[in-house]
Amino acid sequence: MLRISRVTRQFGSVAALSDVSFDVAAGERVALLGHNGAGKSTLMKIVLGLIPATSGSVSVAGHAPGSRAARDLTAYLPENVAFHPALTGREQLRFYLRMKGEPPKAAEGLLERVGLGHAIDRRIGTYSKGMRQRVGLAQALIGRPRLMILDEPTSGLDPVSRREFYAILDELAKGGAAILLSSHALTEVEARTDRIAILSRGILVANDTIAALRRGAGLPIQLQVAARPETADEVAERLAGVRVNGRRVDVTCEPDDKLDRLGKIAGLGHLVDDVEVVPPSLEDIYSHFSRLADRREGRA
Amino acid sequence: MSRVLAAAGAEFRIALRNRWVTIAVAMMALFAAVLSAAGSAPTGQLGADKLSVTVASLTSLAVYLVPLIALLMSFDAIAGEVERGTLPLILTYPVARWQLLAGKFLAHLGILALSVVVGYGIAAAAAFWFDPRAGAGLAALFRLTWTSLLLGAAFLGIGYAISAFARRPGAAAGLVIGLWLVLIVLYDLGLLAAVVADAGGTFTRAVFPWLLLANPADAFRLYNLAASEATAVAAGIGGAAGAIPPARALASLVLWAVAAFAFGVAAFRRVTP
Ligand SMILES: Nc1ncnc2c1ncn2[C@@H]1O[C@H](COP(=O)(O)OP(=O)(O)OP(=O)(O)O)[C@@H](O)[C@H]1O
Ligand SMILES: [Mg+2]
Repeated sequence: MLRISRVTRQFGSVAALSDVSFDVAAGERVALLGHNGAGKSTLMKIVLGLIPATSGSVSVAGHAPGSRAARDLTAYLPENVAFHPALTGREQLRFYLRMKGEPPKAAEGLLERVGLGHAIDRRIGTYSKGMRQRVGLAQALIGRPRLMILDEPTSGLDPVSRREFYAILDELAKGGAAILLSSHALTEVEARTDRIAILSRGILVANDTIAALRRGAGLPIQLQVAARPETADEVAERLAGVRVNGRRVDVTCEPDDKLDRLGKIAGLGHLVDDVEVVPPSLEDIYSHFSRLADRREGRA
Repeated sequence: MSRVLAAAGAEFRIALRNRWVTIAVAMMALFAAVLSAAGSAPTGQLGADKLSVTVASLTSLAVYLVPLIALLMSFDAIAGEVERGTLPLILTYPVARWQLLAGKFLAHLGILALSVVVGYGIAAAAAFWFDPRAGAGLAALFRLTWTSLLLGAAFLGIGYAISAFARRPGAAAGLVIGLWLVLIVLYDLGLLAAVVADAGGTFTRAVFPWLLLANPADAFRLYNLAASEATAVAAGIGGAAGAIPPARALASLVLWAVAAFAFGVAAFRRVTP
């Protein structure tokens, strides 16, 4: 659905993107991660045809970015989405519906879907930040888009609305929409997307499923052992682990050693109460790949 | 077309909420009322009916006010969207930039039409009140109304171009006020000074008429005064320009209205959000 190949974007001397390539297939949810200024928003604007790439090419279902055909298929939620404060939510949505060639009657249903039914006839100037973000979501849902470009869609949303948002996203992906979203909230992205692309200083340093990234990173796994009272020191000694508090001992091991270590823990028998396996979090994987890129750059 | 109308509808609503409609209408109404009151004293029988005389003074009023209102409405059109950050989103919609601008143009022209009709209506009503023969001036009033809209259209287009060029509402506001001063006030003063210094030389005969035609506000005044029977009443710069055929002035006005909008669209196309 979306094909990005060898996209480079230069802002004066700043290389916002260097040679970035990846695809997003229909029905796929891809999270674009990266530090502040990594180039996420820039990449999205290029995909939308808002700014041109310095070199490289983008195709939206075979169309050029920003072409009429591509715009017909695409929905966008900008970061820091803004609307005219003098219009009400309903008026603003009716405007966007007509701009997409859809019946303006749908405004009410869309606003109710994002939980703004109660404020539909209030001016957007009186909305809270999260409410404005929901108006942004509502306009991105117009007309069954085939490609959704969402720049930090959950920023400013409360936890419940975030869950609702991802539920809507699941529905759209089931319907065959390709979704590219950027985020800084790693935990929610981990659970709700199919693939992760990580940008670091404009370079694509990772692009795979979370499971594959985890394997590829080869990061140590943590085993949290709950010892019985008074046995923590002995457990720590026999497992070569670190005593965290009166009851808990942490053991770090390579992924390949995991089963072996678990066997040893089981062998301690009555000394151990419980054991928890903590795989490297997305944060760990994320920092691993970002650091990797830094080191590579340092050498270059 | 439905997209243009949707843009126009939203823009009109915004102008209504921002009190722009009220301000424009009140401004025109106030000045027209003051003008009627000032002109209600018998002006010595000139043979012309009251409405024709009113139209002549309304013309001088419109030359100042219509461009001012048009520029004040248009300077924010693109710079305001850039500043608020609403531009990137709408530009990802399947709508052409000229359609967005045409929508704003329709709304702004509608507001201008409303204020002009109210203002001129008040002045015309006063003329009819004092002079039963005022019906003779209706054609001139009608002509003044639609040429005012042409003049307004020209300055709306110029305002959009400045708005796109400046990118910031503050800068755009400064630029339109400067432009208004130059085109409406200083331009005529400069021409007048040049004509006086030239004392009937080649400048006055060969260059001056074209310079008058080149300014939409002067073309507007020329056309209305030349076509009106009350030319003599409000001569101003008209005397020296008597030789210019009114059709040319009208052509200049139409050309300006069309070209200014095209210019605005071209400037808007160059804006990267
Ligand atoms: N219009 C511009 N002119 C100059 N430099 C720009 C412009 N837009 C972006 N940049 C630069 O490009 C780089 C990438 O910016 P971008 O906005 O894409 O980052 P981001 O990944 O979206 O960051 P964030 O997480 O903070 O939103 C930054 O170094 C930024 O300064
Ligand atoms: Mg960003």
